[in-house]
Amino acid sequence: MAPATSPPAEAPGRAAPADDAAGLGRARAAAFVAPALVLIAVFLVFPALWTLYLGTTDYRLTGVAASDPRFVGLDNYTGALGDPEFHRSLWLTLQFVLGSAILGQTVLGFAIAWVMRDRTGPVRRLVEALVLLAWILPGSVIAFLWIALLDRDAGTLNALLGTPGTAWLLDHPMLCVIVFNVWRGTAFSMMLYGAALGNVPPSHLETARLAGASTWQTLRDAVFPRIRGHVLTSLLLVSLWTFNDFTPFLITAGGPDGRSEIMSVYVYRTALDDGRLGFGAAVSLLMILVNLVIALVYLRALRRRAAERAGGMA
Amino acid sequence: MAGITLRGLTKDYPGGVRALDALALEIADGEFFALLGPSGCGKTTLLRTIAGLETATRGSVHIGDADVTRLPPGRRDVGMVFQDYALFPHMTVTDNIAYPLRIKKRGRAERHEAAAGVASSLGLDGLLRRRPGELSGGQQQRVALARAMAARPRVFLLDEPLSNLDARLRLEARTFLKRLQRELGVTTVFVTHDQAEALAMADRMAVMEAGRVRQVGTPAEVFRRPASLFVASFIGSTPMNLLPGRVRGEHVVLGEETVLPLPEGTRGTLADGDEVVYGIRPEYLDFLQDTTGAGKGTFTGRVAVVENLGSSSLVTLEAAGGLVHVVVGEGREPAAGDRGRARPRAGRALLFRNGGLVNGGGDAMTESAAMGERPG
Amino acid sequence: MSGGHGASAVRETLRRIGLATFVSALLGFFSLPLLWLAFAPFDAGPELTASLPEFTLRNFEVLLDNPYALASLRNSVLLAAGTAALVVASAALAAYALSRVRVPGRDALLYALLLLSSIITGTAAMVPVFLLAFNLNLIDSRLGVILVLTGGLLPTAIFILKDFTDATPPSYEEAARVFGASPFQVLRHVVAPVIRPGLATVTVWTVAQVWGDFLMPFLLLRNPDKAPASVIMYTFYTEGGQPNLALISTFSLLYSLPVVAMYLFVSRRYGFRFHGGIKR
Repeated sequence: MAPATSPPAEAPGRAAPADDAAGLGRARAAAFVAPALVLIAVFLVFPALWTLYLGTTDYRLTGVAASDPRFVGLDNYTGALGDPEFHRSLWLTLQFVLGSAILGQTVLGFAIAWVMRDRTGPVRRLVEALVLLAWILPGSVIAFLWIALLDRDAGTLNALLGTPGTAWLLDHPMLCVIVFNVWRGTAFSMMLYGAALGNVPPSHLETARLAGASTWQTLRDAVFPRIRGHVLTSLLLVSLWTFNDFTPFLITAGGPDGRSEIMSVYVYRTALDDGRLGFGAAVSLLMILVNLVIALVYLRALRRRAAERAGGMA
Repeated sequence: MAGITLRGLTKDYPGGVRALDALALEIADGEFFALLGPSGCGKTTLLRTIAGLETATRGSVHIGDADVTRLPPGRRDVGMVFQDYALFPHMTVTDNIAYPLRIKKRGRAERHEAAAGVASSLGLDGLLRRRPGELSGGQQQRVALARAMAARPRVFLLDEPLSNLDARLRLEARTFLKRLQRELGVTTVFVTHDQAEALAMADRMAVMEAGRVRQVGTPAEVFRRPASLFVASFIGSTPMNLLPGRVRGEHVVLGEETVLPLPEGTRGTLADGDEVVYGIRPEYLDFLQDTTGAGKGTFTGRVAVVENLGSSSLVTLEAAGGLVHVVVGEGREPAAGDRGRARPRAGRALLFRNGGLVNGGGDAMTESAAMGERPG
Repeated sequence: MSGGHGASAVRETLRRIGLATFVSALLGFFSLPLLWLAFAPFDAGPELTASLPEFTLRNFEVLLDNPYALASLRNSVLLAAGTAALVVASAALAAYALSRVRVPGRDALLYALLLLSSIITGTAAMVPVFLLAFNLNLIDSRLGVILVLTGGLLPTAIFILKDFTDATPPSYEEAARVFGASPFQVLRHVVAPVIRPGLATVTVWTVAQVWGDFLMPFLLLRNPDKAPASVIMYTFYTEGGQPNLALISTFSLLYSLPVVAMYLFVSRRYGFRFHGGIKR
């Protein structure tokens, strides 16, 4: 924007401000944008589009189909949809997303934010530091910490519970992975709801308290209506990330017997372990479609929130 | 040193907005020149076009003898002060002032010496190591001026130089700027939306509206002889009284009862029944408490409001031709509800037809002619 | 009256007990897995069970003996630095041009890119990315990993930096131009210093992303000499035989420390800004 002489009132003259405040010129501007666009086009957009083609071939990692893939139409898709392993993976993924992201991280994250909202001091700092630490430490380190925690013979959990010999990762692999992901990902929800709760006017909470509302009533009547937008958008974001999470592979590698083989691990196994690249690409495309749906709903929710805010102001 | 000549300057923005419309203007060498106009009139665009930050769609810009229309801003030899000063926040005052010299690849020592010299002449000693964020508004403005001066350009361009100062500082800065310009003698163009600022500082000024220049003249000319209704209503801190009426013989009739003689210099150019607008500044009306001879050459009516302006008062009179504002000197204010008359001073009334000025208003003519002969 | 008082006092006590229980459980849940990381590296006889250590620093010596440990940290540094340099440089140029020069459809393009980068995740695109790297001869090349990661991180980086540039008044650049600065001088003297907090944010964000990333190097690098710490860590505890706990624990600690240090730095320096989370 050109410096408006007398702020926004100067609409007519300023409606089309300097097109080029920096004096770059179109050619140089294009040259500035080009490297980024080329990198994005080659390493992000092209792979996505290529998936469309690869999914219709019998491309393999090795063998004849590696050098000369054949067009197989929708075979990969019908194959996947008819594959009981795919069905199991879909079901496990649903459990993973619902259990760890939507229920676990969101509820726990909100609960922490709520309990800590007007607390200061060492307890709050300690809780926040630990929750954040779980979030920022490298995935492969975290994965081993959980393997150690849950180990059958020498795991700390068994030592604490007095249940030596319980093979948590073998007996309840999916539960372990879900609890692990709650542990790992709660920080985001905690921070987001912490920020959202900070925006609830204290007068609303005080009104509820003066009226003698219980905690539940306060949440329902004073808090939730103010943070509804945040809840929806964070649910979608967390679902998207969880759906694409590969960290469980580092703990269970999908096992035992595929009992924790969520979609990301399933794609890895079929495409790179079994070498069925074409088939893996088809499943990848399905994943991208799911992502697209979540992302579009997310954008719509964001826009509605923006519109509501604008409407609320008017 | 150099004057500025603009010919047929047009600036179209994409989307069909025309910010400048075939604009022509001559700014003399060494002149302190104001571009005045309401928001969106194109004054800032004009200044930026002179600077080279905007490129004219058509027309030419000359600085001195050189056609600079197609030159990039850095090669036009202009210094500019931006409305927000645009001081680089990460550089010290010295580095800010010395920046134009750094671009000119002068050595570090020379740069710092020159910056210190300019800073000292603007009373900025002792602030050289500070950053812009640590300066007051007035100090920032002077640093911006110093930076514009550092490379000794042929032309200074100031975009709303006073608008970011608070009211008290503004008056001080006005005097400071005017004195500085006189001392340096560099052609200076400044943009303002505040008519008082333009009247107070400029040697000459251009009043702009909708991308065109509506009037060029000295502050006195523009104040006393606005060329159009637009200029008349824009200039003056208490707006000019502008009352619609009709010519009848030697008189103008406003409403039913107010009949005023035609101002000097308008006879012969008007026909009976012409629709005109009668203009008189509140400062040029004399307020009379007696109501004898009501309607004859005066506005007569009841005092509706009296506003205290400090050393004078603004009286609103409900006259037959409409509401009339009168500036009344100290100690002679009427009370609200009083009846009274307001009489135009000789030679101060103006008559507009179709938005344009008909007369010159006697002495204003001669005075402005005299003021036009300013020392070059 | 007093009965009501008593009931509310009981309720208040119960509430406090409930709260204390919740907070204790919380602390237990979140600290339990971390205890091992805190104790085992300094334990003379590290086991899988977390226990107060018999203090020693000898364990760190095994890091030196292992041929991959320190090399993998160097690889992580190379990957993070390379990606950060590429992301910051190309995103800054693009964000600046997009912020200052009006191009029709600019905002739509930016949103489309952002949408793409959030739906084409490493997991969802691992097959085509692997094949692309294979065909471009970028398997087992650090450059390949850097390029792939850069492609995925760029849209967000551009978005963040454009926010910073948009918030900078263009009069800075115009002032520099009036005094004769060339576009590159404007960039060097004015724009880069002014948006430095943005550049720092994006650098830290990129390094954090790359430092912890497992999938891409796991997918694209075959030679363990080139593998970064995330992959080497994984091989330490998945390769056959008894895991070397002294090695794993010390390596984990060493590998984790930079991330923690970076977070402390960022939150000290800039406060914890909620840029969609600095990490995803």
